[in-house]
Amino acid sequence: MARASSNRRKTVVTVLAWAIGLAIFFPILWTVLTSFKTEAEAVASPPSFVNFHWTLENYAEVQSRSDYFRHFLNSVIISLGSTVLGLLIAIPAAWSMAFVPAKRTKDVLMWMLSTKMLPPVGVLIPIYLIFRDIGLLDSLIGLIIVLMLINLPIIIWMLFTYFREIPGEILEAARMDGAGLKAEILYVLTPMAVPGIASTLLLNVILAWNEAFWTLNLTAAKAAPLTAFIASYSSPEGLFYAKLSAASTMAIAPILILGWFSQKQLVRGLTFGAVK
Amino acid sequence: MATTHSRAAARLMLSPAVLLLLGWMIIPLSMTIYFSFLHYNLLIPGAHDFIGLANYSYFLTDPAFFAALTNTLLLVVGVLVITIGGGVLLAILLDQPMWGQGIVRILVIAPFFVMPTVGALVWKNMFMNPVNGLFAHMAKAMGMQPFDFLAQAPLASIIGMVAWQWLPFSTLILLTALQSLDRDQLEAAEMDGAGPFSTFFYITLPHLSRAITVVVLIQTIFLLSVFAEILVTTNGGPGYATTNITYLVYAQSLLQFDVGGGSAGGIVAVILANVVAIFLMRMIGKNLDI
Amino acid sequence: MGEIVLDQITKTFGHVQVIPPLDLQIDDGEFVVFVGPSGCGKSTLLRLIAGLEDVTSGEIRIDGEPATSTPPAKRGLAMVFQSYALYPHMSVKKNIAFPLKMAGLPQSAIDEKVENAARVLNLTDYLDRRPGQLSGGQRQRVAIGRAIVREPSAFLFDEPLSNLDAALRVNMRLEISELHNSLKTTMIYVTHDQVEAMTMADKIVVLNAGRVEQVGSPLDLYNAPRNLFVAGFIGSPKMNFIEGDMAETHRATTIGIRPEHITVSTDTGAWAGVVSVAEHLGSDTLLHVQTENLGTLTARVDGEFSVRHGSRVFLTPQDDKMHRFDARGLAIR
Repeated sequence: MARASSNRRKTVVTVLAWAIGLAIFFPILWTVLTSFKTEAEAVASPPSFVNFHWTLENYAEVQSRSDYFRHFLNSVIISLGSTVLGLLIAIPAAWSMAFVPAKRTKDVLMWMLSTKMLPPVGVLIPIYLIFRDIGLLDSLIGLIIVLMLINLPIIIWMLFTYFREIPGEILEAARMDGAGLKAEILYVLTPMAVPGIASTLLLNVILAWNEAFWTLNLTAAKAAPLTAFIASYSSPEGLFYAKLSAASTMAIAPILILGWFSQKQLVRGLTFGAVK
Repeated sequence: MATTHSRAAARLMLSPAVLLLLGWMIIPLSMTIYFSFLHYNLLIPGAHDFIGLANYSYFLTDPAFFAALTNTLLLVVGVLVITIGGGVLLAILLDQPMWGQGIVRILVIAPFFVMPTVGALVWKNMFMNPVNGLFAHMAKAMGMQPFDFLAQAPLASIIGMVAWQWLPFSTLILLTALQSLDRDQLEAAEMDGAGPFSTFFYITLPHLSRAITVVVLIQTIFLLSVFAEILVTTNGGPGYATTNITYLVYAQSLLQFDVGGGSAGGIVAVILANVVAIFLMRMIGKNLDI
Repeated sequence: MGEIVLDQITKTFGHVQVIPPLDLQIDDGEFVVFVGPSGCGKSTLLRLIAGLEDVTSGEIRIDGEPATSTPPAKRGLAMVFQSYALYPHMSVKKNIAFPLKMAGLPQSAIDEKVENAARVLNLTDYLDRRPGQLSGGQRQRVAIGRAIVREPSAFLFDEPLSNLDAALRVNMRLEISELHNSLKTTMIYVTHDQVEAMTMADKIVVLNAGRVEQVGSPLDLYNAPRNLFVAGFIGSPKMNFIEGDMAETHRATTIGIRPEHITVSTDTGAWAGVVSVAEHLGSDTLLHVQTENLGTLTARVDGEFSVRHGSRVFLTPQDDKMHRFDARGLAIR
């Protein structure tokens, strides 16, 4: 490989990569653009790319007519709620597995991961019936509990890996410096683990936001988050592309932005250490 | 490092998580198993009789089941082929020196973060719709008849949608694995006279094989449970053309309210998933250095 | 202050007894070095003294008081870890202050002690920096500073110099020795480097597979090693060992002679041989000589000795410096 041609090679690669990247991203781009068109423009043939009358009417309409922000708020509450609840349970659990490992620790961790592999349909009926009977159907709390349970293995796993990266010697030094368990956790462990905790929070909020099985089956009008709300557009009446685009854009924008920051966490959280 | 007082504290701190997950596993699952042996339909009042394996035989001999099983397999394999094949190529491409690599990565990663319902609806309406979709416009511009994707090739269309969503995941994983390939090895291969294809087949691909296996296993687990895309686009149709096992169980449980039959189907799905999970857990277990 | 006694200490991990029953006395103010090959248990022993590991049986007494079940912080000891174990999110000042904060001292007392320690260790200009912004040597001094402010009865050092480059290591060796001279506190120092052991210690404890092979001053160990292991471990380059007929003529199973105690001549001598490798250091010359029937011997000559690969040389051992060992590997005196 002659080094001299590397600039030309770089150009070819760049063009190819950008072309493919834009092609993959195109549906999202198209949705965002369409959200600013009028309904008539949205279905016009031939379709216009940027050369149309930009309008915010769709956003206004989506917000006013269909209670959009209530569903948005539901998504926020459910994602944050389930993740924070999960963190509260997971932090002590991950601490104990990372710093006081026993013979069974590996088995326990693997078992926890395996619970994530349960197909939701396997427990759909009992959960549905139980929730119906204790009044948790179509409730935010019910969803928070379920989403917390399905993400708990990932939260524990991620925290475990971050905790293990804290050098044990630092905690020993703290112990020799006279720190009791509480001081050790408060002054040394938590500050060093904050980035890891933040990353875990980020990834799991994203996973909970996009969850599209329980949120679709356990909710009706009151607790429906955005996943369910958008699903209601699947049998619409009349022209609606522009409004769908507006609703979609608002629904995915926050997560797209968060997601761009969480690539590394994605690899760590979802491959369970099998890929480094 | 561990002294006796920490051990007791550790066990205490671990218990809420363990108890919760244990409960989550055992309680609903045993209920499902229990229901699967009953004649229990929410629409039919009366006692729930124990009917043994009747639900299972009914479920497994239902023509819908075979269709669902086939569709599930096609869906998983189809998405895997596209995402692994595309993922490897994309990963290699993104690993090359280029300008604006960060932005290209962002463009490629984006679909994974799109809500499944949004993604599916965008594809269904704005691209695949035979009247107003972009593909229809393109076809007309070229003088061809628009193709009604979701009516004429429903499963393939769904495979396409799901693959679009999962391609970023596999690309990201494979790219990470690719970047862990020792540059020294590639240089040694170059000095040994290997061209780009040989390097790919003898060095890059074997190095990636472990990551590919992981991606296959993890994606399979999630792909077995594809639901939202089917729900908002085809509702399993036309006929059973896009029904997978997950959707079939859902339909029986929440649409036909057949608790008994749906439970049997759920257990079948669990068994299927377990087969994959066993392999995945073995891979994870080998790598877990505690 | 600072007298530590280990009484029949054992340590078992799982089913493996890494330290068989061990007795050791460390006097107040001594600089004791635990030395031995990797895996010999020296770090484990240090951690048992520190309290970071529990003994399986036996007793530890610090200044006469039993300390076997006392938690680490209450034993009055301070430890400098191999990786320094500095708190990365705290400034140098806060790092050094941490143990005092844990002890509940008032802030004014803390500030004063931290400033003193910083002055002694030349860290005053770095007090507001974070460990990540410091060089290896500076980080090590912060670790030492954190130990000093506790005014412990003894300092424990766990291979503190192994992460430093060669030149820095020599400097820090001197600094630690000077610190010992000025503080006069007991110091227990673990290393695998016998040069560090020889140069810094008042007393060396040579460990092998958890057993104490010999305890003594550096020169004791050099001049009168108790067994083959100590003889081969102390001294660089390694002592030459010869078995067979030559050993028998000296009424031993094995004889040992250090490279520096062999006279080399190109004309005449006791043992003939051919130079296989000659290492010219300028200050001395190391010759690896293939002898006719005694194997390969190493000899050290002061200054430059101009021979090359293939030269014929004659080696003569100094009889009064020869060590004799019996069939069990013990020295015959």
